[in-house]
Amino acid sequence: MGSDVERLVMGRYVVRRLGQLVVVVLGATMVLFACLFVLPGDPVGQIAGSDKARDPAVIEQLHKQYGLDKPLVVQYGSYVGKLAKGDLGQDYTQGRPVTEILAPKLLNTAKLAVVAIVFDVIIGIAAGVIAAMRRYSVWDITVTFSTTLAIGVPSIVLGMIMQWVFVIKLGWFPLISDGTFNSLILPAFTLAIIDAALVAQIARSTMLEVMGADYVKTAVAKGLSRPVVLLRHILRNSVIPVITYVGISFGALLGGAIITETIFNWDGIGLALVTAIQQNNNPIIVGVVTISVAVFVVLNLIVDLLYAALDPRIRLA
Amino acid sequence: MKTNKLNEQAEGDDMTSAETAGGSGPDKAAPLLEVRDLQVEFKVRDNVTKAVNGVSYSVDAGETLAVLGESGSGKSVTAQAIMGILDSPPGRISGGEIYFQGQEILSMPENERRRLRGAKMAMIFQDALSSLNPVLSVGFQLGEMFRAHRGMSRKDAKAKAIELMDRVRIPAAKQRVGDYPHEFSGGMRQRIMIAMALALEPDLIIADEPTTALDVTVQAQVMDLLAELQREYNMGLILITHDLGVVADVADKIAVMYAGRIVETAPVHEIYKRPAHPYTEGLLASIPRLDQKGQELYAIKGLPPNLQNIPSGCAFNPRCARAEDVCRTDIPVLSQVTERDGTELVGRGSACHFWKETIHG
Amino acid sequence: MTELVTGKEGPAAAGPTAEQQGAEPTVVRVSQWSDIRARFFANKLAVLGLFILVVLVIVAVFAPLLAPFDPLKQDLANTLQAPGGDHLLGTDSLGRDQLSRLIYGSRIAMIVGMASILVACTIGIVLGALAGYFGRLIDSVIMRVADVFFAFPLLIGAIVVILLMGRGVLPVVLSLGIFSWATFARLLRSQILSVREMDYVHAARALGASQFRTIRRHILPNSLTAVLVYATSNVGIAIVAEASLSYLGVGVPPEVAEWGNMIAAGRDFMGVKDFMWMYPSLAIVVTALGFVLLGNGLRDALDPKLR
Repeated sequence: MGSDVERLVMGRYVVRRLGQLVVVVLGATMVLFACLFVLPGDPVGQIAGSDKARDPAVIEQLHKQYGLDKPLVVQYGSYVGKLAKGDLGQDYTQGRPVTEILAPKLLNTAKLAVVAIVFDVIIGIAAGVIAAMRRYSVWDITVTFSTTLAIGVPSIVLGMIMQWVFVIKLGWFPLISDGTFNSLILPAFTLAIIDAALVAQIARSTMLEVMGADYVKTAVAKGLSRPVVLLRHILRNSVIPVITYVGISFGALLGGAIITETIFNWDGIGLALVTAIQQNNNPIIVGVVTISVAVFVVLNLIVDLLYAALDPRIRLA
Repeated sequence: MKTNKLNEQAEGDDMTSAETAGGSGPDKAAPLLEVRDLQVEFKVRDNVTKAVNGVSYSVDAGETLAVLGESGSGKSVTAQAIMGILDSPPGRISGGEIYFQGQEILSMPENERRRLRGAKMAMIFQDALSSLNPVLSVGFQLGEMFRAHRGMSRKDAKAKAIELMDRVRIPAAKQRVGDYPHEFSGGMRQRIMIAMALALEPDLIIADEPTTALDVTVQAQVMDLLAELQREYNMGLILITHDLGVVADVADKIAVMYAGRIVETAPVHEIYKRPAHPYTEGLLASIPRLDQKGQELYAIKGLPPNLQNIPSGCAFNPRCARAEDVCRTDIPVLSQVTERDGTELVGRGSACHFWKETIHG
Repeated sequence: MTELVTGKEGPAAAGPTAEQQGAEPTVVRVSQWSDIRARFFANKLAVLGLFILVVLVIVAVFAPLLAPFDPLKQDLANTLQAPGGDHLLGTDSLGRDQLSRLIYGSRIAMIVGMASILVACTIGIVLGALAGYFGRLIDSVIMRVADVFFAFPLLIGAIVVILLMGRGVLPVVLSLGIFSWATFARLLRSQILSVREMDYVHAARALGASQFRTIRRHILPNSLTAVLVYATSNVGIAIVAEASLSYLGVGVPPEVAEWGNMIAAGRDFMGVKDFMWMYPSLAIVVTALGFVLLGNGLRDALDPKLR
């Protein structure tokens, strides 16, 4: 497969989506930039230290150093220009580049997100497929019930419960995260459970829909064996919406699982955001927001392209 | 030999015994497919829908049987029972037998049954767009037949797929083998469905409303192609339709179904001239005709029966102009239709208490 | 001109589905209210959801009458009291009555949840209707703006706005509304695009109905059901988001009687005074569940085909 025409159509689609991505990111930077300048708490006051040490000359000099004396348009230009080079500026408390501070934290968040999404996909798809194949069974009812429940149980509550049961009561995991895999399991699981319920729900409903599709009847009428019908004609078609959901949710996780990271003290960008808010450390705040928006947008693009690759009907749309 | 054929189509257990004995005896003219007293119901919680209530018919090699009826008459469900692709649950075959090439297939193990599907008996569905898998190329889906039943390699199967596409006259088959179903026109898609059904040169093809979803001009092309290929391979064909117009040119005989039963059987041309059941009469009267321009088009009054609550007696009685008390109490049996003088009309039967009045006026 | 009314949840539903002919339009359609009501009340879970929410509204409205103590009054002689006695659900580290704080917390939850969805709905419906009806340039611009707002995860976007405006109920309402409208706009737009092509809308336009009238009388009523269902389920999500923001220390000020604040206060006493975080957690779960159940019930009642 893959004629030239097809490749051309696909290429055009990619270009168009990339164009949209640039527009969205630019729009987001404008929102962010506006915040950067209207945010309360003069950043320079922070750096200059306590009120006593407020020497106008020092403040003047710091304003210059951070480029705060230039017109807004110029500042926005230099902000976007730096951003394009991956430069998120310097933080106010330590004077180190934001990227340097956030890089290891992003890695931590990525670890958490990857483990969570693996749990999520395994539990979610398995539960969804079993529920669909054994419709109205105990399994199916359990999945439907826990899905409804999981949507109702927010991560602040689930995180507290998980910590209480597994750390306080059972003592299986350390209270203070030490960055090891052992302290990763609990937050990852917390993130995965809620999501897995949704994945199971989506997998179940698409499976049921696909199982009733005419083309599955055709496949059976062709005399294909059960495993072939199931894998090639049912699962393949059911998995497409699941992938979409998982991709988007992975993007959201990478963009900072703020609550879960805070509850379990996992040193990711979500925790960094909360800490920065307490310290009025605006460049870090803006950095985290920028990263999470960028990650989300890029992952969305990847999901869309994957979708187009898996479902040939999308290409022309 | 075939004078007694009607008995096979008669309903009720007691009426089939004579021919059954004949079929398994030395007489080798056993039909390609024979359905006997088939009953299918759908059960959802406590609601039982009786979709097929004792249908019997047969098809010979090279013969075309048209099964005619409205939605819900049980014509498609019968076909799916033959193919073994009923949705079960909720569907369930609650009685009857189906013989294919002399072998009872309802009692066959699923694995053997599967090997018949596609290879010995194949089905063409109404809506080719929804009946083809949207995310697999048509070449792949055609090739799947050879890979599943003949164990061919992917490459050989693709070559076969191109051959088949040529066979059903899809232009530029070689270039289009990798295209997806949505990239073809409706007529071309239905040709692909036909190609898929023909792939392994089966002995029986069941076509379920194969042209209903197509434009009128394309309908004729697809129908002609199907008829031509049927003659060429000498296949038995069951053509399921609600359209009397389609039937006339291609079918050898007709079975009219209503509420899960066969109400009339006849060789195709006779039914147009002299229907022996009021329902058939109504169907014929509702075909628009050029010579009756300006007249109001006839329509059978009322609606098809609710299959969860079929009227007692003859299921058609609430809609029938001839209905009398007996029609509301006794289920009419499919019985031999004769001339006024008592000469049997070959292959003709009617399940109407008043078939004589209907056919002879 | 006949409004489209369908009663097409036909009788012989189970039967031989393979024989159903003609594709049914996939758009949500308005059926008769009595049918909807009957289907809704036949659904036990939906009724449970409604019951939960009615109780919550009553508690929120009559909080001053129901609460045994002033939720803000500190009593440093009686801190961290276990449930029972004078304080049915105990006291927190400043000796404030937990039950009273819980009761008053339902006010914040209800106000913020409903108001923020109202904000999101209003923005989303106006922009989504414009985009869906007019198409072309207006559509592209609105949808790109929606993309921008959609790209911010809800909590992160909300934090940005709250940092601008400071903590408090109004900033929380606005911030959640501002970062929730995009989905409403998208939903309404896609609904309108499909309804717009239906015959009765063409008929209305052909008969000379003005554009505004066509939108208001024919397109919106049939597109809004999906939005209504989505809004109902989303009030729960907004309540959870609001509690999360307060838990993180960026929602309403910490002294306010609010469930997220209460959980945050109880976090330091986990394993010691578990009642402090368990009761507010339960309140959040029950509330969120109530809206989910009500939303599901409405969805199924309005269009049984969506199930």
